[in-house]
Amino acid sequence: MNPPLLHVNNLEVVYHHTVQVLKGLSLSVPEGAIVALLGSNGAGKTTTLKAISGLLPLEDGEIVDGQIAFRGASIAGNLPHRIAQDGLFQVMEGRRIFEHLTVEENLEAATYARKGGVDLGEALRKVFAYFPRLRERRKQLGGYLSGGEQQMLAIGRALVAGPSLLLLDEPSLGLSPLLVQEIFRIIEAINRDEKVSILLVEQNARMALGIASHAYIMENGKVVLDGPAARLREDRDVQEFYLGSRGGAQASYRNVKHYRRRKRWLS
Amino acid sequence: MSEGLVHLLQLLVSGVVTGGIYALVAMGFVVVYKATRVINFATGEFMMLGAFFAWTAMSAVQAPFVVALLVAVAASALLGMATERLVLRPLLGQRTISVIMVTIGLAAIFKGLAQIAWSGDYRSYPAIFPRAPIELGPILLPSRQFYPFLIAVGAIALVGLGFRFTRTGVAMRATADDQMAAFGMGIDIRRIFSLSWSLAAMTAAVAGIVVGIIGGISPQLGAIGLRTFPVVILGGLDSIGGALVGGVIIGVLENLAGGYVDPLLDGASLKEVVPFVVLVFTLMVRPYGLFGTREVERL
Repeated sequence: MNPPLLHVNNLEVVYHHTVQVLKGLSLSVPEGAIVALLGSNGAGKTTTLKAISGLLPLEDGEIVDGQIAFRGASIAGNLPHRIAQDGLFQVMEGRRIFEHLTVEENLEAATYARKGGVDLGEALRKVFAYFPRLRERRKQLGGYLSGGEQQMLAIGRALVAGPSLLLLDEPSLGLSPLLVQEIFRIIEAINRDEKVSILLVEQNARMALGIASHAYIMENGKVVLDGPAARLREDRDVQEFYLGSRGGAQASYRNVKHYRRRKRWLS
Repeated sequence: MSEGLVHLLQLLVSGVVTGGIYALVAMGFVVVYKATRVINFATGEFMMLGAFFAWTAMSAVQAPFVVALLVAVAASALLGMATERLVLRPLLGQRTISVIMVTIGLAAIFKGLAQIAWSGDYRSYPAIFPRAPIELGPILLPSRQFYPFLIAVGAIALVGLGFRFTRTGVAMRATADDQMAAFGMGIDIRRIFSLSWSLAAMTAAVAGIVVGIIGGISPQLGAIGLRTFPVVILGGLDSIGGALVGGVIIGVLENLAGGYVDPLLDGASLKEVVPFVVLVFTLMVRPYGLFGTREVERL
Protein backbone atom coordinates (compact mmCIF):
# COMPACT_ATOMS: atom_id res chain seq x y z
CA MET A 1 0.00 0.00 0.00
CA ASN A 2 1.19 3.52 -0.81
CA PRO A 3 2.12 5.72 2.12
CA PRO A 4 -0.39 8.54 2.69
CA LEU A 5 0.21 11.89 0.99
CA LEU A 6 0.31 13.59 4.37
CA HIS A 7 1.07 11.91 7.63
CA VAL A 8 1.10 13.74 10.94
CA ASN A 9 2.39 11.74 13.85
CA ASN A 10 2.12 12.57 17.52
CA LEU A 11 2.37 16.32 16.96
CA GLU A 12 2.87 18.60 19.96
CA VAL A 13 2.71 22.36 19.58
CA VAL A 14 3.40 25.04 22.15
CA TYR A 15 2.62 28.75 21.82
CA HIS A 16 4.78 31.44 23.42
CA HIS A 17 6.88 28.68 25.05
CA THR A 18 4.07 28.11 27.56
CA VAL A 19 0.67 27.19 26.17
CA GLN A 20 0.42 23.66 24.84
CA VAL A 21 -2.22 23.52 22.14
CA LEU A 22 -1.56 20.19 20.41
CA LYS A 23 -0.94 17.20 22.63
CA GLY A 24 0.02 14.31 20.45
CA LEU A 25 -2.11 14.73 17.37
CA SER A 26 -1.94 12.19 14.58
CA LEU A 27 -3.75 12.07 11.27
CA SER A 28 -3.26 11.07 7.63
CA VAL A 29 -4.56 12.21 4.30
CA PRO A 30 -4.42 9.53 1.59
CA GLU A 31 -3.74 10.55 -2.01
CA GLY A 32 -6.90 11.80 -3.70
CA ALA A 33 -9.07 11.92 -0.57
CA ILE A 34 -11.06 14.60 1.18
CA VAL A 35 -10.43 14.28 4.90
CA ALA A 36 -12.38 16.37 7.40
CA LEU A 37 -10.99 17.64 10.69
CA LEU A 38 -13.79 18.58 13.05
CA GLY A 39 -14.02 19.82 16.60
CA SER A 40 -15.23 22.66 18.76
CA ASN A 41 -13.66 26.09 19.02
CA GLY A 42 -10.19 26.02 20.52
CA ALA A 43 -9.68 22.31 19.94
CA GLY A 44 -6.57 23.09 17.89
CA LYS A 45 -7.76 22.60 14.32
CA THR A 46 -6.30 25.81 12.95
CA THR A 47 -3.08 25.23 14.86
CA THR A 48 -2.82 21.83 13.21
CA LEU A 49 -3.11 23.38 9.75
CA LYS A 50 -0.60 26.12 10.53
CA ALA A 51 1.86 23.58 11.87
CA ILE A 52 1.58 21.65 8.61
CA SER A 53 1.91 24.71 6.35
CA GLY A 54 4.85 26.13 8.31
CA LEU A 55 3.12 29.34 9.41
CA LEU A 56 3.28 28.53 13.12
CA PRO A 57 6.52 30.44 13.92
CA LEU A 58 4.93 33.66 12.64
CA GLU A 59 2.55 33.45 15.60
CA ASP A 60 5.26 32.43 18.04
CA GLY A 61 4.19 28.80 17.97
CA GLU A 62 6.63 25.92 17.93
CA ILE A 63 6.52 22.23 17.12
CA VAL A 64 8.13 20.62 20.15
CA ASP A 65 7.55 16.99 19.24
CA GLY A 66 6.20 14.74 16.50
CA GLN A 67 6.63 14.40 12.75
CA ILE A 68 4.97 15.83 9.67
CA ALA A 69 5.64 13.92 6.46
CA PHE A 70 4.45 15.14 3.08
CA ARG A 71 4.96 12.65 0.23
CA GLY A 72 7.14 10.68 2.62
CA ALA A 73 9.55 13.57 3.35
CA SER A 74 9.66 15.48 6.60
CA ILE A 75 8.49 19.09 6.24
CA ALA A 76 8.33 20.10 9.91
CA GLY A 77 10.37 23.27 10.34
CA ASN A 78 10.49 24.12 6.63
CA LEU A 79 9.74 27.71 5.63
CA PRO A 80 6.16 28.37 4.48
CA HIS A 81 7.04 29.52 0.96
CA ARG A 82 9.02 26.32 0.37
CA ILE A 83 6.14 24.18 1.61
CA ALA A 84 3.77 26.05 -0.71
CA GLN A 85 6.15 25.55 -3.63
CA ASP A 86 6.36 21.84 -2.79
CA GLY A 87 2.64 21.59 -3.48
CA LEU A 88 1.02 21.97 -0.08
CA PHE A 89 -1.19 25.05 -0.04
CA GLN A 90 -3.33 26.46 2.77
CA VAL A 91 -6.45 28.58 2.39
CA MET A 92 -6.40 30.35 5.71
CA GLU A 93 -9.31 31.06 7.99
CA GLY A 94 -10.83 34.46 7.29
CA ARG A 95 -9.75 34.16 3.64
CA ARG A 96 -6.85 36.63 4.02
CA ILE A 97 -7.42 38.38 0.71
CA PHE A 98 -4.86 41.06 -0.19
CA GLU A 99 -7.23 43.99 0.17
CA HIS A 100 -5.26 46.55 -1.80
CA LEU A 101 -4.64 44.21 -4.70
CA THR A 102 -7.12 43.62 -7.50
CA VAL A 103 -8.72 40.23 -7.98
CA GLU A 104 -6.29 39.49 -10.79
CA GLU A 105 -3.29 40.59 -8.74
CA ASN A 106 -4.44 38.40 -5.85
CA LEU A 107 -4.44 35.48 -8.24
CA GLU A 108 -1.09 36.50 -9.70
CA ALA A 109 0.43 36.54 -6.21
CA ALA A 110 -0.42 32.84 -5.93
CA THR A 111 1.75 32.06 -8.96
CA TYR A 112 4.69 32.29 -6.55
CA ALA A 113 3.61 28.89 -5.24
CA ARG A 114 4.41 27.40 -8.66
CA LYS A 115 7.99 26.28 -8.77
CA GLY A 116 8.34 26.11 -12.52
CA GLY A 117 6.32 29.22 -13.24
CA VAL A 118 2.89 29.20 -14.80
CA ASP A 119 0.95 30.68 -17.70
CA LEU A 120 -1.03 33.35 -15.84
CA GLY A 121 -3.64 33.72 -18.59
CA GLU A 122 -4.41 30.02 -18.53
CA ALA A 123 -4.52 29.94 -14.73
CA LEU A 124 -6.96 32.87 -14.72
CA ARG A 125 -9.20 31.16 -17.28
CA LYS A 126 -9.37 28.09 -15.08
CA VAL A 127 -10.28 30.14 -11.99
CA PHE A 128 -12.91 32.11 -13.90
CA ALA A 129 -14.40 28.87 -15.23
CA TYR A 130 -15.00 27.77 -11.64
CA PHE A 131 -16.00 31.24 -10.45
CA PRO A 132 -17.55 33.35 -13.25
CA ARG A 133 -18.34 36.06 -10.67
CA LEU A 134 -14.63 36.73 -10.24
CA ARG A 135 -14.25 37.42 -13.94
CA GLU A 136 -16.71 40.32 -13.66
CA ARG A 137 -14.74 41.70 -10.73
CA ARG A 138 -11.26 41.03 -12.01
CA LYS A 139 -10.18 44.69 -11.87
CA GLN A 140 -11.71 45.41 -8.47
CA LEU A 141 -9.77 45.60 -5.24
CA GLY A 142 -9.98 42.48 -3.08
CA GLY A 143 -11.09 44.55 -0.10
CA TYR A 144 -14.31 45.56 -1.87
CA LEU A 145 -15.54 42.03 -2.56
CA SER A 146 -18.38 40.44 -0.61
CA GLY A 147 -17.58 37.67 1.84
CA GLY A 148 -18.67 35.01 -0.64
CA GLU A 149 -16.60 36.50 -3.45
CA GLN A 150 -13.59 36.70 -1.14
CA GLN A 151 -13.95 33.00 -0.36
CA MET A 152 -14.12 32.28 -4.08
CA LEU A 153 -10.97 34.35 -4.57
CA ALA A 154 -9.22 32.53 -1.73
CA ILE A 155 -10.02 29.18 -3.35
CA GLY A 156 -9.16 30.69 -6.74
CA ARG A 157 -5.66 31.46 -5.45
CA ALA A 158 -5.37 27.81 -4.46
CA LEU A 159 -6.34 26.81 -8.01
CA VAL A 160 -3.59 29.04 -9.39
CA ALA A 161 -1.13 27.53 -6.93
CA GLY A 162 -2.10 24.08 -8.21
CA PRO A 163 -1.13 22.10 -5.11
CA SER A 164 -1.35 18.36 -4.63
CA LEU A 165 -2.65 18.87 -1.10
CA LEU A 166 -4.98 21.69 -0.13
CA LEU A 167 -5.62 22.69 3.48
CA LEU A 168 -8.97 24.47 3.80
CA ASP A 169 -9.69 26.32 7.03
CA GLU A 170 -13.40 27.05 7.59
CA PRO A 171 -14.42 27.76 4.00
CA SER A 172 -18.06 28.11 5.04
CA LEU A 173 -17.44 30.71 7.73
CA GLY A 174 -19.83 33.64 7.49
CA LEU A 175 -21.45 32.57 4.23
CA SER A 176 -25.15 32.19 3.46
CA PRO A 177 -26.45 28.60 3.34
CA LEU A 178 -26.83 28.81 -0.42
CA LEU A 179 -23.25 29.96 -0.87
CA VAL A 180 -22.02 27.25 1.49
CA GLN A 181 -23.62 24.65 -0.78
CA GLU A 182 -22.01 26.25 -3.82
CA ILE A 183 -18.55 26.38 -2.20
CA PHE A 184 -18.75 22.75 -1.10
CA ARG A 185 -19.85 21.67 -4.56
CA ILE A 186 -16.75 23.40 -5.96
CA ILE A 187 -14.46 21.88 -3.32
CA GLU A 188 -15.70 18.45 -4.41
CA ALA A 189 -15.16 19.35 -8.06
CA ILE A 190 -11.61 20.54 -7.39
CA ASN A 191 -10.86 17.30 -5.58
CA ARG A 192 -12.30 15.23 -8.40
CA ASP A 193 -11.26 17.15 -11.52
CA GLU A 194 -7.97 18.73 -10.46
CA LYS A 195 -6.86 15.63 -8.53
CA VAL A 196 -6.20 17.69 -5.40
CA SER A 197 -6.29 15.95 -2.04
CA ILE A 198 -7.94 18.02 0.66
CA LEU A 199 -7.72 18.37 4.42
CA LEU A 200 -10.83 20.28 5.42
CA VAL A 201 -11.34 22.01 8.77
CA GLU A 202 -14.97 22.90 9.39
CA GLN A 203 -17.48 23.98 11.99
CA ASN A 204 -20.21 22.90 9.64
CA ALA A 205 -19.84 19.19 10.39
CA ARG A 206 -22.86 18.16 8.37
CA MET A 207 -21.49 19.63 5.14
CA ALA A 208 -17.97 18.40 5.86
CA LEU A 209 -19.08 14.82 6.55
CA GLY A 210 -21.15 15.04 3.38
CA ILE A 211 -18.14 15.38 1.10
CA ALA A 212 -15.33 13.78 3.13
CA SER A 213 -14.39 10.14 2.91
CA HIS A 214 -12.74 10.09 6.32
CA ALA A 215 -12.99 12.36 9.34
CA TYR A 216 -11.14 13.12 12.55
CA ILE A 217 -12.76 14.70 15.57
CA MET A 218 -10.48 16.77 17.78
CA GLU A 219 -10.81 17.80 21.34
CA ASN A 220 -8.25 19.52 23.53
CA GLY A 221 -5.39 19.12 21.10
CA LYS A 222 -5.92 15.43 20.35
CA VAL A 223 -7.95 13.27 18.05
CA VAL A 224 -10.69 11.62 20.09
CA LEU A 225 -12.55 9.86 17.35
CA ASP A 226 -11.93 9.04 13.72
CA GLY A 227 -13.31 6.83 11.02
CA PRO A 228 -14.99 6.77 7.64
CA ALA A 229 -17.28 9.79 7.29
CA ALA A 230 -20.29 7.55 6.62
CA ARG A 231 -19.81 5.82 9.97
CA LEU A 232 -19.32 9.07 11.89
CA ARG A 233 -22.54 10.42 10.38
CA GLU A 234 -24.33 7.51 12.09
CA ASP A 235 -22.49 7.85 15.40
CA ARG A 236 -24.89 8.91 18.16
CA ASP A 237 -22.51 11.30 19.92
CA VAL A 238 -21.49 12.93 16.67
CA GLN A 239 -25.11 13.29 15.65
CA GLU A 240 -26.03 14.86 18.93
CA PHE A 241 -23.15 17.24 19.43
CA TYR A 242 -22.08 18.09 15.89
CA LEU A 243 -25.03 17.47 13.66
CA GLY A 244 -27.56 19.03 16.00
CA SER A 245 -30.11 16.21 15.96
CA ARG A 246 -31.33 15.31 19.43
CA GLY A 247 -30.33 11.76 20.22
CA GLY A 248 -33.75 10.51 21.28
CA ALA A 249 -36.24 11.67 23.88
CA GLN A 250 -34.07 11.06 26.91
CA ALA A 251 -31.66 13.88 26.05
CA SER A 252 -32.03 16.04 29.09
CA TYR A 253 -29.73 17.80 31.50
CA ARG A 254 -31.25 15.81 34.35
CA ASN A 255 -29.69 12.75 32.83
CA VAL A 256 -26.28 12.88 34.51
CA LYS A 257 -24.67 10.34 32.26
CA HIS A 258 -25.67 12.34 29.24
CA TYR A 259 -24.43 15.53 30.84
CA ARG A 260 -20.99 14.04 31.41
CA ARG A 261 -20.82 12.89 27.85
CA ARG A 262 -21.87 16.27 26.64
CA LYS A 263 -19.28 17.93 28.83
CA ARG A 264 -16.60 15.73 27.43
CA TRP A 265 -17.53 16.66 23.88
CA LEU A 266 -17.95 20.36 24.28
CA SER A 267 -15.28 21.23 26.79
CA MET B 1 0.81 89.72 -16.76
CA SER B 2 1.11 91.68 -13.53
CA GLU B 3 4.27 91.44 -11.51
CA GLY B 4 2.46 90.00 -8.51
CA LEU B 5 1.01 87.17 -10.53
CA VAL B 6 4.37 86.31 -12.04
CA HIS B 7 5.84 86.28 -8.53
CA LEU B 8 3.12 83.89 -7.37
CA LEU B 9 3.61 81.61 -10.37
CA GLN B 10 7.34 81.64 -9.81
CA LEU B 11 6.83 80.56 -6.20
CA LEU B 12 4.36 77.84 -7.19
CA VAL B 13 6.66 76.43 -9.81
CA SER B 14 9.68 76.33 -7.51
CA GLY B 15 7.37 74.84 -4.90
CA VAL B 16 6.47 72.00 -7.23
CA VAL B 17 10.13 71.49 -8.07
CA THR B 18 11.08 71.31 -4.40
CA GLY B 19 8.09 69.06 -3.83
CA GLY B 20 9.14 66.61 -6.52
CA ILE B 21 12.48 66.20 -4.80
CA TYR B 22 10.85 65.84 -1.39
CA ALA B 23 8.60 63.19 -2.88
CA LEU B 24 11.57 61.19 -4.11
CA VAL B 25 13.20 61.32 -0.67
CA ALA B 26 9.89 60.41 0.96
CA MET B 27 9.60 57.38 -1.28
CA GLY B 28 12.72 55.93 0.34
CA PHE B 29 10.88 55.97 3.67
CA VAL B 30 7.68 54.57 2.19
CA VAL B 31 9.22 51.62 0.34
CA VAL B 32 10.89 50.28 3.49
CA TYR B 33 7.93 51.04 5.73
CA LYS B 34 5.43 49.33 3.44
CA ALA B 35 7.34 46.08 3.35
CA THR B 36 8.80 45.87 6.84
CA ARG B 37 6.94 48.41 9.05
CA VAL B 38 10.29 49.96 9.91
CA ILE B 39 10.82 53.71 9.73
CA ASN B 40 14.31 54.06 8.35
CA PHE B 41 15.83 57.14 9.95
CA ALA B 42 19.03 56.50 8.01
CA THR B 43 17.28 57.43 4.73
CA GLY B 44 19.11 60.77 4.63
CA GLU B 45 22.45 59.05 5.10
CA PHE B 46 21.69 56.63 2.28
CA MET B 47 21.16 59.76 0.16
CA MET B 48 24.43 61.25 1.29
CA LEU B 49 26.37 58.08 0.49
CA GLY B 50 24.70 57.78 -2.91
CA ALA B 51 25.69 61.39 -3.68
CA PHE B 52 29.28 60.68 -2.69
CA PHE B 53 29.40 57.48 -4.74
CA ALA B 54 28.41 59.44 -7.85
CA TRP B 55 30.80 62.27 -7.01
CA THR B 56 33.68 59.82 -6.61
CA ALA B 57 32.86 58.19 -9.94
CA MET B 58 32.79 61.57 -11.65
CA SER B 59 35.86 63.13 -10.05
CA ALA B 60 38.12 60.10 -9.67
CA VAL B 61 37.63 58.43 -13.05
CA GLN B 62 35.90 61.25 -14.96
CA ALA B 63 32.86 59.07 -15.56
CA PRO B 64 30.05 60.73 -17.50
CA PHE B 65 27.10 61.75 -15.34
CA VAL B 66 24.75 58.99 -16.49
CA VAL B 67 27.37 56.34 -15.78
CA ALA B 68 28.11 57.86 -12.37
CA LEU B 69 24.39 57.86 -11.58
CA LEU B 70 24.09 54.18 -12.50
CA VAL B 71 27.21 53.26 -10.53
CA ALA B 72 25.91 55.09 -7.46
CA VAL B 73 22.52 53.41 -7.77
CA ALA B 74 24.09 49.96 -8.11
CA ALA B 75 26.45 50.50 -5.19
CA SER B 76 23.56 51.74 -3.07
CA ALA B 77 21.49 48.71 -3.99
CA LEU B 78 24.23 46.50 -2.58
CA LEU B 79 24.58 48.70 0.48
CA GLY B 80 20.83 48.52 1.13
CA MET B 81 20.82 44.77 0.73
CA ALA B 82 23.81 44.36 3.05
CA THR B 83 22.21 46.62 5.64
CA GLU B 84 19.06 44.54 5.63
CA ARG B 85 20.93 41.27 5.80
CA LEU B 86 23.48 42.21 8.47
CA VAL B 87 21.61 44.70 10.63
CA LEU B 88 17.87 44.46 10.19
CA ARG B 89 17.26 40.77 9.67
CA PRO B 90 18.79 39.69 12.98
CA LEU B 91 16.31 42.10 14.60
CA LEU B 92 13.27 40.53 12.95
CA GLY B 93 10.52 40.17 15.52
CA GLN B 94 12.03 42.74 17.89
CA ARG B 95 9.96 45.67 19.05
CA THR B 96 9.53 48.51 16.56
CA ILE B 97 11.20 51.02 18.84
CA SER B 98 14.39 48.96 19.02
CA VAL B 99 14.56 48.70 15.27
CA ILE B 100 14.00 52.44 14.86
CA MET B 101 16.78 53.18 17.33
CA VAL B 102 19.07 50.93 15.30
CA THR B 103 18.35 52.92 12.12
CA ILE B 104 19.25 56.12 14.01
CA GLY B 105 22.51 54.51 15.06
CA LEU B 106 23.10 53.43 11.50
CA ALA B 107 22.70 57.04 10.39
CA ALA B 108 25.44 58.14 12.79
CA ILE B 109 27.76 55.36 11.61
CA PHE B 110 27.24 56.21 7.94
CA LYS B 111 27.90 59.87 8.63
CA GLY B 112 31.10 59.03 10.49
CA LEU B 113 32.31 56.72 7.75
CA ALA B 114 31.64 59.42 5.15
CA GLN B 115 33.70 61.91 7.18
CA ILE B 116 36.58 59.45 7.19
CA ALA B 117 36.29 58.58 3.51
CA TRP B 118 35.54 61.99 2.00
CA SER B 119 36.34 64.45 4.86
CA GLY B 120 33.83 67.05 6.01
CA ASP B 121 34.47 69.46 3.13
CA TYR B 122 31.78 70.74 0.81
CA ARG B 123 32.09 69.45 -2.72
CA SER B 124 30.11 69.94 -5.84
CA TYR B 125 29.62 68.00 -9.02
CA PRO B 126 31.41 69.15 -12.13
CA ALA B 127 29.06 71.06 -14.44
CA ILE B 128 26.57 68.54 -15.74
CA PHE B 129 23.71 70.37 -17.40
CA PRO B 130 23.45 73.30 -19.79
CA ARG B 131 23.64 76.48 -17.77
CA ALA B 132 20.95 78.50 -19.50
CA PRO B 133 17.89 78.85 -17.26
CA ILE B 134 14.69 77.28 -18.49
CA GLU B 135 11.96 79.68 -19.57
CA LEU B 136 8.42 78.59 -18.82
CA GLY B 137 6.40 81.52 -20.16
CA PRO B 138 7.18 84.43 -17.86
CA ILE B 139 8.89 82.20 -15.32
CA LEU B 140 12.59 81.49 -15.18
CA LEU B 141 13.82 78.26 -13.65
CA PRO B 142 17.52 77.76 -12.93
CA SER B 143 18.82 74.79 -14.91
CA ARG B 144 20.31 73.20 -11.81
CA GLN B 145 16.80 72.94 -10.39
CA PHE B 146 15.01 72.00 -13.57
CA TYR B 147 17.09 68.99 -14.62
CA PRO B 148 17.32 67.43 -11.15
CA PHE B 149 13.56 67.82 -10.93
CA LEU B 150 13.18 65.84 -14.15
CA ILE B 151 15.44 63.12 -12.75
CA ALA B 152 13.39 62.98 -9.55
CA VAL B 153 10.10 62.72 -11.46
CA GLY B 154 11.57 60.02 -13.69
CA ALA B 155 12.75 57.97 -10.72
CA ILE B 156 9.39 58.30 -8.97
CA ALA B 157 7.56 57.20 -12.11
CA LEU B 158 9.88 54.24 -12.57
CA VAL B 159 9.40 52.96 -9.02
CA GLY B 160 5.67 53.67 -9.07
CA LEU B 161 5.13 51.81 -12.34
CA GLY B 162 7.31 48.94 -11.16
CA PHE B 163 5.18 48.56 -8.04
CA ARG B 164 2.00 48.74 -10.03
CA PHE B 165 2.71 46.59 -13.05
CA THR B 166 5.42 44.01 -12.40
CA ARG B 167 5.07 40.58 -10.83
CA THR B 168 7.64 41.53 -8.20
CA GLY B 169 5.59 44.67 -7.52
CA VAL B 170 2.55 42.46 -6.90
CA ALA B 171 4.59 40.34 -4.47
CA MET B 172 5.84 43.45 -2.66
CA ARG B 173 2.35 44.90 -2.30
CA ALA B 174 0.96 41.53 -1.23
CA THR B 175 3.61 41.33 1.48
CA ALA B 176 2.76 44.86 2.59
CA ASP B 177 -0.92 43.87 2.84
CA ASP B 178 -0.60 40.60 4.74
CA GLN B 179 2.82 39.14 5.47
CA MET B 180 1.59 35.76 6.64
CA ALA B 181 -0.74 35.24 3.70
CA ALA B 182 2.03 36.26 1.29
CA PHE B 183 4.47 33.81 2.89
CA GLY B 184 1.89 31.02 2.59
CA MET B 185 1.34 32.03 -1.05
CA GLY B 186 4.90 30.96 -1.87
CA ILE B 187 6.36 34.47 -1.69
CA ASP B 188 9.72 34.49 0.07
CA ILE B 189 9.08 37.51 2.27
CA ARG B 190 12.72 37.65 3.35
CA ARG B 191 13.62 38.28 -0.27
CA ILE B 192 10.99 41.01 -0.37
CA PHE B 193 12.48 42.68 2.72
CA SER B 194 15.92 42.58 1.16
CA LEU B 195 14.57 43.93 -2.12
CA SER B 196 12.73 46.74 -0.36
CA TRP B 197 15.84 47.92 1.44
CA SER B 198 17.83 47.82 -1.72
CA LEU B 199 15.11 49.67 -3.66
CA ALA B 200 14.89 52.28 -0.91
CA ALA B 201 18.66 52.77 -0.97
CA MET B 202 18.52 53.14 -4.77
CA THR B 203 15.84 55.84 -4.68
CA ALA B 204 17.74 57.52 -1.84
CA ALA B 205 20.89 57.54 -3.97
CA VAL B 206 19.06 59.27 -6.82
CA ALA B 207 17.56 61.72 -4.33
CA GLY B 208 20.99 62.38 -2.83
CA ILE B 209 22.49 63.10 -6.25
CA VAL B 210 19.61 65.42 -7.09
CA VAL B 211 20.02 67.30 -3.82
CA GLY B 212 23.79 67.32 -4.28
CA ILE B 213 23.48 68.92 -7.73
CA ILE B 214 21.32 71.68 -6.28
CA GLY B 215 23.13 72.37 -3.04
CA GLY B 216 26.51 70.63 -2.98
CA ILE B 217 27.63 67.48 -1.19
CA SER B 218 28.93 66.98 2.33
CA PRO B 219 28.42 64.42 5.08
CA GLN B 220 25.69 66.77 6.37
CA LEU B 221 23.58 66.25 3.25
CA GLY B 222 21.57 63.61 5.09
CA ALA B 223 19.91 66.27 7.22
CA ILE B 224 17.34 66.70 4.46
CA GLY B 225 16.15 63.19 5.26
CA LEU B 226 14.63 64.37 8.51
CA ARG B 227 13.37 67.56 6.87
CA THR B 228 11.36 65.32 4.58
CA PHE B 229 9.78 63.42 7.40
CA PRO B 230 6.76 65.77 7.53
CA VAL B 231 6.12 64.90 3.87
CA VAL B 232 5.99 61.22 4.71
CA ILE B 233 3.64 61.77 7.62
CA LEU B 234 1.38 64.08 5.61
CA GLY B 235 1.15 61.71 2.65
CA GLY B 236 0.84 58.56 4.76
CA LEU B 237 3.74 56.32 5.74
CA ASP B 238 2.68 53.48 3.49
CA SER B 239 1.52 55.34 0.39
CA ILE B 240 3.70 56.12 -2.62
CA GLY B 241 1.00 58.36 -4.10
CA GLY B 242 0.86 60.05 -0.72
CA ALA B 243 4.58 60.79 -0.84
CA LEU B 244 4.04 62.53 -4.18
CA VAL B 245 1.07 64.63 -3.06
CA GLY B 246 2.60 65.35 0.36
CA GLY B 247 5.85 66.41 -1.28
CA VAL B 248 4.18 68.88 -3.61
CA ILE B 249 1.93 70.33 -0.87
CA ILE B 250 4.82 70.93 1.49
CA GLY B 251 7.12 72.16 -1.26
CA VAL B 252 4.55 74.73 -2.38
CA LEU B 253 3.66 75.84 1.17
CA GLU B 254 7.32 76.26 1.96
CA ASN B 255 7.96 78.42 -1.06
CA LEU B 256 4.85 80.53 -0.51
CA ALA B 257 5.91 81.13 3.09
CA GLY B 258 9.42 81.96 1.93
CA GLY B 259 8.17 84.34 -0.76
CA TYR B 260 5.43 86.20 1.09
CA VAL B 261 6.05 85.94 4.83
CA ASP B 262 9.81 85.72 5.29
CA PRO B 263 10.53 89.20 3.83
CA LEU B 264 8.36 90.64 6.62
CA LEU B 265 10.06 88.70 9.39
CA ASP B 266 13.33 90.56 9.51
CA GLY B 267 15.76 87.65 9.24
CA ALA B 268 13.59 84.93 10.77
CA SER B 269 12.31 82.24 8.41
CA LEU B 270 8.88 80.71 8.36
CA LYS B 271 9.96 78.67 5.35
CA GLU B 272 12.17 76.51 7.54
CA VAL B 273 9.36 75.83 9.99
CA VAL B 274 6.39 75.25 7.70
CA PRO B 275 6.99 71.51 7.15
CA PHE B 276 7.02 70.88 10.87
CA VAL B 277 3.90 72.94 11.46
CA VAL B 278 2.25 70.69 8.89
CA LEU B 279 3.72 67.66 10.67
CA VAL B 280 2.23 68.60 14.03
CA PHE B 281 -1.09 69.52 12.46
CA THR B 282 -1.25 66.22 10.54
CA LEU B 283 -0.49 64.19 13.64
CA MET B 284 -3.28 66.00 15.46
CA VAL B 285 -6.08 65.61 12.94
CA ARG B 286 -5.08 62.70 10.72
CA PRO B 287 -2.18 60.71 12.15
CA TYR B 288 -2.23 58.16 9.34
CA GLY B 289 -1.80 60.90 6.73
CA LEU B 290 -3.78 61.77 3.63
CA PHE B 291 -3.46 58.39 1.93
CA GLY B 292 -2.07 56.14 4.62
CA THR B 293 -3.74 53.04 5.97
CA ARG B 294 -5.80 53.93 8.97
CA GLU B 295 -4.33 51.43 11.42
CA VAL B 296 -0.81 52.62 10.76
CA GLU B 297 0.99 53.06 14.04
CA ARG B 298 1.41 56.48 15.51
CA LEU B 299 4.88 57.60 16.34
